[in-house]
Amino acid sequence: MADTVSTTLSKETIIKPPSSAPLSPLRLGVRRFRRHRMAMIGLGLLLLLILYISFGGFVSRGYCSPIKQNVSGEAWANCNDTSLKLNPPSASHIFGTDVIGRDIFARTIYGGQISVLIGISAAVVEVILGAVIGSLAAYYGGWVDSVLMRFTEAMLNIPSLFLLIIGAHFFSGGLPTFNFFGRELTGSVIVIILIIGVTSWMYLARIVRANVLSLRERDYISAARALGASDGRIIFLHLLPNTIAPLIVSATLGVANAILAEAYVSFLGLGVQGATATWGNMLDGAYQYLDTAPWLWFFPGTMILLTVLGINFVGDGLRDALDPYSTRHL
Amino acid sequence: MSTYILRRLGQGIPQLFIISIILFMLMQAFGDPVATLGARTPTKQADKERLRRMLGLDQPAYVQYLTWLVGNDWRKMDLDGDGTPETYGQRRGILRGDWGNSLVTRRPVLEMIGDRLPNTLILMITAEVVIITSSLAIGLYSALRPYSLFDNLITGLSFVGYSMPVFWLALMLMYIFAVNFRRWGLPYLPTVGMFDPEVGKTPAELIKHMILPVTTLAIISIAGYSRFVRSSVLEVLSQDYIRTARAKGVRSFQVVLRHALPNAALPFITLIGLDIPFLLAGAVVTERIFAWPGMGRLFIDHTARADFPVLMGILILISIAVVIFQIITDVIYSFVDPRIRLG
Repeated sequence: MADTVSTTLSKETIIKPPSSAPLSPLRLGVRRFRRHRMAMIGLGLLLLLILYISFGGFVSRGYCSPIKQNVSGEAWANCNDTSLKLNPPSASHIFGTDVIGRDIFARTIYGGQISVLIGISAAVVEVILGAVIGSLAAYYGGWVDSVLMRFTEAMLNIPSLFLLIIGAHFFSGGLPTFNFFGRELTGSVIVIILIIGVTSWMYLARIVRANVLSLRERDYISAARALGASDGRIIFLHLLPNTIAPLIVSATLGVANAILAEAYVSFLGLGVQGATATWGNMLDGAYQYLDTAPWLWFFPGTMILLTVLGINFVGDGLRDALDPYSTRHL
Repeated sequence: MSTYILRRLGQGIPQLFIISIILFMLMQAFGDPVATLGARTPTKQADKERLRRMLGLDQPAYVQYLTWLVGNDWRKMDLDGDGTPETYGQRRGILRGDWGNSLVTRRPVLEMIGDRLPNTLILMITAEVVIITSSLAIGLYSALRPYSLFDNLITGLSFVGYSMPVFWLALMLMYIFAVNFRRWGLPYLPTVGMFDPEVGKTPAELIKHMILPVTTLAIISIAGYSRFVRSSVLEVLSQDYIRTARAKGVRSFQVVLRHALPNAALPFITLIGLDIPFLLAGAVVTERIFAWPGMGRLFIDHTARADFPVLMGILILISIAVVIFQIITDVIYSFVDPRIRLG
């Protein structure tokens, strides 16, 4: 067994003494990932951004003159001192202030938390939908497959940004606020998460379907069936875990796409409403101040760019690392 | 070949029906268009109901869908609300060329789209030409010098380009080439619209106004496409027939242009063919920023007013384009690649 593994991994055996145990697929993946220079740069970038949005709140504080007290945290991000509106970057407001005098530095921190929350949750929705629809279609075949795949193709042929716009417009407003880890969030956060998830699962469903189609003919699936495993058990414990690589890659890139989608919808004024900052809704209307207040759109836009860039680097590295046939970057 | 095209059409048409049903259900969920007519919303309840009846909004959803699809001019409608149908409908349905009328402007949808479509096409076709030529050039150059400084630089830049939000790039370009160039006294580019009203509708004006939106659209797409060209050229260059060509003494650029490029271009054709119809739609954000009077802006403007005949029209038009381009791509593919026989 060790021989067959080491012949397919000729370069690995040159580096490692032949007496050592063969690498598990996971260890091999980690090794490939760590040698992927772009992915490591991306990971570093993401770590810095996570530090920024997690601990930035501790340094952003100041005197909020409308309520005449020193505030910190999100209260500072939402403190609107209209006498300071549209101030350029300065020592007290290093990223400047927005149209109603809120500190942009603090808002990029708290907006970043929401943007990342939206990105990750939407990717989770996308993966769940894609995995369930793809595996059901492939596992049951027949008319289930036909119906689900025709539906998937139809969804693919509608430009997703249009679906996003329609969905965001339809569901906008009228939702109660809710409490999430001590923060008041408007219900539109949930709406945006669901809409982005619902409009982005199609490619993943096709990948999962293709994988499951080939897996379900394997002997171990017949064995599981012979042992009396239920369909649900076979799908969720035997089939889906074996398509984990495309799921991980899609989920990673899905986070980036969801952050971008949130930004586009918010940029068009249909995103998260209310005082809750996101990187996207900080940009809403900012283009009217193109020449007079470029800091309004520059800082949140750059945050989005850096985050998406970091995630794309990591996703590319994961794709190379998790593909067992990949010989690149070894 | 013609049987193949017919068969593909036979698959495409049911697909369009599914799309139209999905879209129509979405539109139903959209809310009451009568409530969003703005200042023209009737104040009296009776007037609102009359308007709903006139627009056919009082009918069940499936009747509305059938009306949209095949019309209602053979059925008597109850327009005055007394319970007895007395007037024949006037809609002929999309299958008979009647795309309906806008709820907001009362103009035929097809006419409204027709006004905007050329503006979008002129932007998109220019952008697409720039995108195809530049990504072929950049991708080819990178593939011929893999892992060189230029190649690594382009790889890095294409990741940045791919990750860039469209609006951020657009705002940056506007800030540099319009705002700051003006400030520095350099010749600067216009940022909004298609023409300067003071100069008039001249071709020179159009070109000036197109530079920034086309650059924005191009940079985003070139980033991905040039990587794609690079990897397919690299793959082809490692084939045996390339080595054979080199071995028999074919000059280097001949090998690339005659032997490698046509084969490497095959997957690229598919990619472009499948992406072109989405370009009709993809410029929503770009059109909004540059105030370009195209289809994307028509869509945004009429979303806010729940004008679903217009929205349906635009979405169906794009879906038809997607299906047709898929067929065209397959047919072109069979012409370019003699190994493929469609039957």
